[in-house]
Amino acid sequence: MAATTSNVLQLQDPNRRSRTLWQRAISRLRRDRLTLLAMGVLLALMLLSYGSPLVNRYVLGVDPLLPDTPNRLLPFGAPGHLLGTDDLGRDHLARLLSGGQVSLSISIFSALAILGIGLVVGLVMGFSPGVVDDIFNWLITTLDSLPSLYLLIAVSALLQPSPQALILIIAVTSWTGAARLVRGETIARRELDYVLAARTLGASRWRIMFVHILPNLLSILAISLTVGIGGVILAESALSFLNLGVQPPTPTWGNMLIDSRIYYRTAPHLILMPGLLISITVLCLFVLGDGLRDAFDPRTED
Amino acid sequence: MERGRGEVLPERPFVRRYLLQRLFAFLPILIGVSLLVFTAIRLIPGDVITATLGTEAGMLTDAQRESLRSYYGLDRPVVEQYARWAAGAITGDLGVSTRHGKPVTELIGDRFPVTLQLALMAVTLALLVGIPLGILAAVRHNTIFDLFVRMLALAGLVMPGFLVGTLIIYLLSTVFGVLPNAGNFVRFNEDPGLNLRQMIFPAITLGFAFSASVMRMTRSSMLEVLGDDYVRTARGKGLRERRVITQHALRNALIPVVTLVGVEMGYLLGGTFIIETLFSLPGLGRLLVNAISQRDYALVQGATLFIASVFVLINLLVDLVYAAVDPRISYDR
Repeated sequence: MAATTSNVLQLQDPNRRSRTLWQRAISRLRRDRLTLLAMGVLLALMLLSYGSPLVNRYVLGVDPLLPDTPNRLLPFGAPGHLLGTDDLGRDHLARLLSGGQVSLSISIFSALAILGIGLVVGLVMGFSPGVVDDIFNWLITTLDSLPSLYLLIAVSALLQPSPQALILIIAVTSWTGAARLVRGETIARRELDYVLAARTLGASRWRIMFVHILPNLLSILAISLTVGIGGVILAESALSFLNLGVQPPTPTWGNMLIDSRIYYRTAPHLILMPGLLISITVLCLFVLGDGLRDAFDPRTED
Repeated sequence: MERGRGEVLPERPFVRRYLLQRLFAFLPILIGVSLLVFTAIRLIPGDVITATLGTEAGMLTDAQRESLRSYYGLDRPVVEQYARWAAGAITGDLGVSTRHGKPVTELIGDRFPVTLQLALMAVTLALLVGIPLGILAAVRHNTIFDLFVRMLALAGLVMPGFLVGTLIIYLLSTVFGVLPNAGNFVRFNEDPGLNLRQMIFPAITLGFAFSASVMRMTRSSMLEVLGDDYVRTARGKGLRERRVITQHALRNALIPVVTLVGVEMGYLLGGTFIIETLFSLPGLGRLLVNAISQRDYALVQGATLFIASVFVLINLLVDLVYAAVDPRISYDR
């Protein structure tokens, strides 16, 4: 643009395309160093966790499930065991990595399932005022009035404990918040001009719901997903405390944290490391959630 | 009822009608909770007989088993069991616990005060720490102090409660050489001093995460309010900054904190199980979790119904407090 052009003219430049919400959000995220750092840490944790079968075999050369009792409860820096060993002599680092794979998978899939249920229920509620909305409202209030912990206990007693069962249990007991969120956002958009326009053009209710409203909810859902994954990671350790989580010998960060509690005086590092990994992961997810919120908020200035 | 909206007098008739409506809305929720719990606990494999006798239950003859089942009323049709229990619940009789042999209401009355005290102490601590830090962080926005408070708040949110509790126990036992609650639990009315000493660390553990959310909420709503026109007006009038913040900004900034306290209080009253176990406190959470594993149907049903009622009542209370602190809200529809 010519140097002589004034600011006013720049604003009115007809050749300049206005950026979409997503384009602007991405360009904001690129400049948000803290969020980028959080994303980097999460990516590294995921790579190490999901690569744990390879890392454990070829780099560490240990089996995270194989007990080696003569070498139990070794401290940090023991030969061959960088982060020591647990109460059965298994390599702590290897178990942390492969536990991360299980914990992250449970959290990601649970959060996706929660969001899926919440999305469908919330959209339907937002678009069906009257009896349908009332019934779901009643169901949601009922579920919310019960502490989720006891629901979790009841449902998990029905299923054989496994990572898949855990995902199902967490999803069916925790979808109410997401449904409330989507319902509220749907109602707020239901009467907007673009929905009215779509309706005038003869779009069906389902088309309006999924083609017109849903894309506008994606940013809110993305934020809710990151925070939700963090919530499930914390919930998983609470379930392990109740002995309802993933059963040994399969490691998760939650059961590693809880199961080493009796060694809190002799081997505190066994509690510290899974606790630290849970905290760091949840922290990064929260930072990412905040970053996404700022990036998508139209009120934030560039 | 012709009173105008702008009038100073509170709209009492509306509040009363609103209260009645909400109390009516109670019933479907409690029915839902009771049905859900009633069904869920019966779907879990095993009953009170197998839970009590363990593997020896297999040695019972069919006749013995039947007589035990009829003793516990389990031979009746499920619908009849529910109807009987619900009829009792309406009159305030929640049945008798099969494991403890005592009325469920008596057991709740015995255990709930511990959980309530724990939750109240945790909330008080959280507010005492969270609100001042949140205000200071907002006032000193984008300073080192602000950063410090935000980091502290994040730490509180991202650490599992179990980890915080274990760290506290670890510090107490290794650094100070004391074990919290090594002896028997003492109630507040028996020995207030000892009771508070036993409760303070569980309360800190429980309040830590909550103080973090209070901090965050206070800080962000304070920041929002501080940018409002009326705050600028107050400053423009030449009021001292301290007065602007405490008298003008804070009152509005605390409204979202009220909601937060209400919601959290509900969760704390139902969800202190982990802390109660960690610090061996005889609270409602442990009672209920043990009752589930012992298939103590009456106790599970009664305790969850009780917790749900408390939860709903607290939400109602929050709505009323809302109306008291925010004159823009009225319940006249």
